[in-house]
Amino acid sequence: MSQKHLNSIHVSHYKHTAGCATEVMTTPDVVKISMSQHIGAPCKPLVKKGDYVKVGQLIGDVDAFVSAPIHSSVSGTVIAIEDQRSAAGGNDTLVVIETDKKQEIHEEIKQPEVNDLPSFVKAVRESGLVGLGGASFPTHIKFNPKNIDDVHTLIVNAAECEPFITSDHRLMLEDAEDLISGMQLVMKYIGLDEGFIGIEDNKPDAIEHLDKLLAEKGITNIKTFKLQARYPKGAERVLVYEITGKTMNAGVLPADLGIILSNVTTFAFVGQYFRTGMPLVSKRMTVDGDAVTEPKNVIAPIGTMINDVIEFCGGYKQEPRKILMGGPMMGRAIFSDEMPIVKNNNAILAFSNEQSLVKEETACINCGRCHQACPFKLIPTALADAYDRRDAQALSDLKVMQCMECGSCSYICPARRPLGFTNKLGKAVVKEAGIK
Amino acid sequence: MEKKTYSNLIVSSAPHIVTSTDTTKIMAMVIMALIPSFLVSVYVFGMRVITLTLVCIVASMFFEWGYNKLMKKTQTVGDLSAALTGLLIAFNVPSGLPIWIAILGCFIAIIIVKQLYGGIGKNLVNPAITARIVLFISFATEMTTWPIPKMGADAVSTATPLGILTEGGELPNNMELFLGFVGGSMGEVSAIALLIGGLFLIWKKIISPIIPACFIGTVAVFAFAYYSISGTGDGLQMAIFHVFAGGVMLGAFFMATDYVTTPLLPMGKVIFGIGCGLITMLIRVFGSYPEGVSFSILLMNVLTPLIDNFCQKRMYGGAKKNEK
Repeated sequence: MSQKHLNSIHVSHYKHTAGCATEVMTTPDVVKISMSQHIGAPCKPLVKKGDYVKVGQLIGDVDAFVSAPIHSSVSGTVIAIEDQRSAAGGNDTLVVIETDKKQEIHEEIKQPEVNDLPSFVKAVRESGLVGLGGASFPTHIKFNPKNIDDVHTLIVNAAECEPFITSDHRLMLEDAEDLISGMQLVMKYIGLDEGFIGIEDNKPDAIEHLDKLLAEKGITNIKTFKLQARYPKGAERVLVYEITGKTMNAGVLPADLGIILSNVTTFAFVGQYFRTGMPLVSKRMTVDGDAVTEPKNVIAPIGTMINDVIEFCGGYKQEPRKILMGGPMMGRAIFSDEMPIVKNNNAILAFSNEQSLVKEETACINCGRCHQACPFKLIPTALADAYDRRDAQALSDLKVMQCMECGSCSYICPARRPLGFTNKLGKAVVKEAGIK
Repeated sequence: MEKKTYSNLIVSSAPHIVTSTDTTKIMAMVIMALIPSFLVSVYVFGMRVITLTLVCIVASMFFEWGYNKLMKKTQTVGDLSAALTGLLIAFNVPSGLPIWIAILGCFIAIIIVKQLYGGIGKNLVNPAITARIVLFISFATEMTTWPIPKMGADAVSTATPLGILTEGGELPNNMELFLGFVGGSMGEVSAIALLIGGLFLIWKKIISPIIPACFIGTVAVFAFAYYSISGTGDGLQMAIFHVFAGGVMLGAFFMATDYVTTPLLPMGKVIFGIGCGLITMLIRVFGSYPEGVSFSILLMNVLTPLIDNFCQKRMYGGAKKNEK
């Protein structure tokens, strides 16, 4: 195993909720289920206003390669199909359901019957599963690599390197059985020899719990892998390097290196789905931030409004000025708390004014901290200069496309320059110029 | 039930948290690291050190503040970089220097070298080093009148150890040099005090050890080789002498590590450090000036953009070349 480490930074962990056992949220009055909860083609609603739906019922799907179906998370009546601006700025179709609080389960929900890889992949698609670490790439595509004979290793991303978030940590303590059975299913049908669960060493209880469980079950081809509790060890390309020592450049898929990799929640869901047959209709997430009265871990139905989730956590204790979907390093700031929970939400963080304001940018002093922080040894200052000139060739030569936008450079910059964001803009310049 | 919603939230790009270390904090750390040397200097040269240091700091901050005010630029005096420059100017002059010359030095550093090039982060060369060189050439007598250690800043002058080396005489022993009870610029005399400050900065990860190590290492190796081969002195003895004498310690830890005017990449830092050591020793051994640290840093400052460019070409390429 590789003992080499890529550059990383120390970010305070703020894992306040690590000891908070997950609570299941009471069913809200209304849910709004988005039709684009995955990368790829958005789904088309299969229900119309006035329809009665049950938990687990298919309500959205599309016939496209990169897509995943969407199921109702509640029982109740569809009261509207409406459009809303999404957090990303695009347009989102929402199926609005008024709940009857009975949470009746749809008749067709049953354990999937699977006997080979195609039927396994089909079942995974039908479950609506997408990458739950944040990318929300439809998982069934990942489980069906073109080079099926070359893949040999399973890697579970349980690093959870984002500050504040503890939902994966709680999952490993509470749903470890599902995680292990999910991994075993994936390894069985894809034909993988060994599996690693990459966990940061700030979660010793999770590592211990999983080790114990694996030993009890006599499973030897799955091992936990201790990672440094530094940012960004949970970035896909960093994780692959840390565990296997293999370098994964931008645009390379894990499968090209013989690896199937996804987030810990994704595998735990596979286990749960094959145990219960219930598609992806709810999600565990950490609710935290200094504007939240009672930070906790919550399992909420998909489509729950963010302000309902916050309400379940005691409401706001002070006026929120910034709300994040995801962690503070890579999460997205949303403009309103009238937004629905989607499949890949792993945290809702609400901050008051003090923590929300963007720090004023000062002049670069060429200290080089950004370069020392970058896992890929890029030179963010040089990239920013090239971006200021809109010099696509220089940006490309400086490997802007390698940047995974982890934000380490922006975090560490003593002049508060938004270097990571500049790289994002720089990538657009390179794409526009058509440089390969 | 009417819910209160918030739809006027702040939207900004990730990351949403930043480290607490900002430019001001970095400058404050460097100033802190210079305090041991300052205290030794006060002990060795007397109270004039305090007066002159304060004059330099206040003058530098005033020029920074005044220029920004006059040019309607964002006020940057609060980032303490001007204060640090003032302190370093004071450290680079003899304690008997007339006040007006010191203030002129601050003007050169802050206005000409720094602000006219665009202010913090934009200057090509180290302001304090350049100010020292301008003063050194313009006021040769005042800048080389070295008050006798422990005698206060009166008119009686002595020679620096390097001056003795050039002109002949009995060299101070290495222990005296190490502690700093010798003639010289205010802040450069005590190797031990500068070493403490330098190691503090390395420990706090404010500076990288590469430049000081390469700089000092090159000086030591050069001196050892030169005196051993030429037979003009004991190699080891002279290597230690050259490291502790003059401005090598101050230069290597505090001037050659200035972020703005030195290379960003590790390989560049190696080239920079070796270059500084080499030029310093060439001037000391073959040049007509007894000391070469400030010239070496200035020359390497000028080369920095080229070094950075040269090194970049071999650093790019993601994590490594794809091994696949």
